[in-house]
Amino acid sequence: MENSNKIQFSRRSFLKTSSLAGGGLLIGFNLFNACKAEVEPPVDLSKLNYNDFNAFIKISPEGKVTIFNPNPEIGQGVKTSMPMLIAEELDVAWEDVYVAQGALDTENYTRQVAGGSQSLRQGWEPLRQTGATARQMLVNAAAARWGVEASECTVKEGVITAPSGQTLGYGDVVNEAALLEVPENVSLKDPKDFTIIGQNTSNVDIDEIITGKPLFGLDYKEEGMLYASVLRPPAFGQTLDSFDDTNARAVEGVKNVVRFGEKVAVLATSTWAAMKGKKALTAQWTQATPAESTAMHDETLIALLDGSKFNTMRKDGDVEKAFAAADEVLERTYEAPFLPHNCMEPMNFFANVTDTKVELVGPIQTPEWTAGRVAQLLERDVSEISLEMTRMGGGFGRRLYGDFALEAAEVSSLAKSPVQVVFSREDDMADGIYRPASKYRIKAAIKDGQITAYYLKEAAINGNMYGLIPNFFPAGALENYQVDVANYASNITTGAWRAPYTNVLASAEQSFFDELAEMMGVDRVQLHLDLLEKVKGTTDERIEYSPERLQGVIKLAVEKSNYGKTIDEVHQGFAVYYCHNTHVAEVADIIMQDGVPVVKKVTVAVDCGIVVNPLGAQNQVVGGVIDGIGHSMYGELTFKDGIPQSKNFNTYNLIRMNQTPQVDVHFVQNDLAPTGLGEPTLPPVGGAVANAIYKATGQRLYKQPYMNNLELKEVIG
Amino acid sequence: MGTFQLKINGTKQTVEASDDTPLLWILRDHINLVGTKFGCGIAQCGACTVHLDGVATRSCSLPISSLEGKEITTIEGLSKHGEHPVQQAWKEIDVPQCGYCQAGQIMTASAFLGSNPNPTNDEIRNAMQGNICRCASYNSIEKAVKVASENL
Repeated sequence: MENSNKIQFSRRSFLKTSSLAGGGLLIGFNLFNACKAEVEPPVDLSKLNYNDFNAFIKISPEGKVTIFNPNPEIGQGVKTSMPMLIAEELDVAWEDVYVAQGALDTENYTRQVAGGSQSLRQGWEPLRQTGATARQMLVNAAAARWGVEASECTVKEGVITAPSGQTLGYGDVVNEAALLEVPENVSLKDPKDFTIIGQNTSNVDIDEIITGKPLFGLDYKEEGMLYASVLRPPAFGQTLDSFDDTNARAVEGVKNVVRFGEKVAVLATSTWAAMKGKKALTAQWTQATPAESTAMHDETLIALLDGSKFNTMRKDGDVEKAFAAADEVLERTYEAPFLPHNCMEPMNFFANVTDTKVELVGPIQTPEWTAGRVAQLLERDVSEISLEMTRMGGGFGRRLYGDFALEAAEVSSLAKSPVQVVFSREDDMADGIYRPASKYRIKAAIKDGQITAYYLKEAAINGNMYGLIPNFFPAGALENYQVDVANYASNITTGAWRAPYTNVLASAEQSFFDELAEMMGVDRVQLHLDLLEKVKGTTDERIEYSPERLQGVIKLAVEKSNYGKTIDEVHQGFAVYYCHNTHVAEVADIIMQDGVPVVKKVTVAVDCGIVVNPLGAQNQVVGGVIDGIGHSMYGELTFKDGIPQSKNFNTYNLIRMNQTPQVDVHFVQNDLAPTGLGEPTLPPVGGAVANAIYKATGQRLYKQPYMNNLELKEVIG
Repeated sequence: MGTFQLKINGTKQTVEASDDTPLLWILRDHINLVGTKFGCGIAQCGACTVHLDGVATRSCSLPISSLEGKEITTIEGLSKHGEHPVQQAWKEIDVPQCGYCQAGQIMTASAFLGSNPNPTNDEIRNAMQGNICRCASYNSIEKAVKVASENL
């Protein structure tokens, strides 16, 4: 544990401690201060930045505890795991905890974001501190009543015991506790004393999910609400000239049709009527900016890789000099297509815009940013906006963008009615904010049996790799190392998709290393272990990954998968990767069935530090792996004349159960602070699968989706 | 616009809607049973699965005019309080991630086990392949169907 018990928190960290009108204690805790003890608390809370957040505890006189989950729940499990952190240090029985979803509250919470696999990592210290501080206040209240020292009292599961053996429940002293000074210097538990953290804990919404209770954005209703189906330009780059709504208005149930910008919304008393009304619209469009196609993207990105206009993201030594002196050079280009997010719950949002307020309800990964953009769009003060987060039927990055909430707000404002904008599946897939296509060219030099240079170029659409990605492995292991990036600005909307950039980059690099090791005539795994050895003790602060932890997951994955030992009919592929602060190694087992490679099993070794909720963690790891397999093998969205060529699941192949391997998960056991799991298990699996397919078929795969780019032998039967 | 008599979860319901309205939207928008989910609208993903006379059926592609005299069961009517063995198995295994597709998964699984109470793993994988889970909780679904079959 890295000093986690030693960080002290100032009283100013607590923003509010108040008695509730109905009895009880409400504690707000500024997690921003807690994250960085040296930072002064912001004076103006309305100006807290995007990286801040807070949390709440409510204790009833009966001793029941409500914990508000601050962050959006998109299926990553934070509505269960974040409150577990508070409950652990508060020292209550998990059975006595009710978890409620906090609404957007910029005054008392900050960093209410689901993104980057950061919720648990950033919440780890401050959320436990929140619980521990509340516990100390309750103990202090009981001690004062008994006239003893607080340090003489003990606590277990919400019951405080005096030296005399007398007991008081949290509910007995909650009102007194609320009036006390907020204590400083509370200490946190030693991990060996955890009773909630580390226990398999069911999803807090499980009963509602299995019985079909309203939870999701589309389940939200208000009296008088109209459903809105929106016609958007059919091709990217188009603007709306004119439209005819005569037939749309004739549809039973249609109440209104409004144009906003380049879009037209049909409002009706039911979703079906709204969708029918939209289909009955006719519209004329102008191609204002060029209509793009996949063929054009492919040519453009290859031209970028062949060209010389790059930004250098990291440069160590002199790669060109090393290439000139090399015995052998390997250069390969890896390609990946656009992908839609395809959340199972299509995009939607509720808005009720009136003269006095703007009410927003729905599934959103970025509530604060979205509320701010709605305020700007409607020229309203952000204080007039309320935003309630529903459970989300998937996110994967798509629900970072809030475009659907802005649409709902604008349509409600124009139609002067509460509305829920509902995307059809076709809208969702064809009006996406996609993972952009990208291509990587990797070149390595070998001299005297050693890798002497590694040069990676990225060509991508609407942006490039960012942050510390260029400093991921093998950065730090090689003397001559360079990462260059170039991009093409497209009119197709693009954005973050589960593990942005690395979801392709990891596949590319891990495939490349496999081929490189083969060329060098060395063991694939040993090559990695040896390279990581060179990174140990690095003083380069940009090197965020731990060579020791990467070696640890490699060894664990190899051991658990029996990698390298010959198993009849089974072809194994290995990959290892670090991203989103988590270290992962994976081995894919493939067999050939009727001439087709089938992934039967994936063994995963994960080092994410302390596993807060093993049940939820297992779900994230398995989900990430299968998601990565599905998209690297089958996922592809192409464009022709600016129009997406897949619009629903009859033409877009999402992985299904009968294509799914068993995923065997192994966590490294340690006491290090936890890191996230929403993303990091996805990127390496494309590499593991490609390397296994190579062993099974002799074909190296350079282009995703693999199954569209694999030459299969004649299949019998 | 027509008036239709439906039997949903054992209760008679009178609904006014246009003839072509799919059962999915009758359930969700007209009678406020929102457990049945909208996923694709073309019977490809299984999120909207209900039982029609005991058979797993995609409600998004089932016009109301075809439903008179049929027994319709939705996730809300599968059991009173979630005590159906399939629901209990989902809870025991902690299947859901986002949870959105799970009502449809449960309805497919419960109908399947009704006709095949002792399935092999391959039979489970084939029976469930019509239901997409974007979070890819497939390993857990497979396990939960197996557990449910043992507790039927």
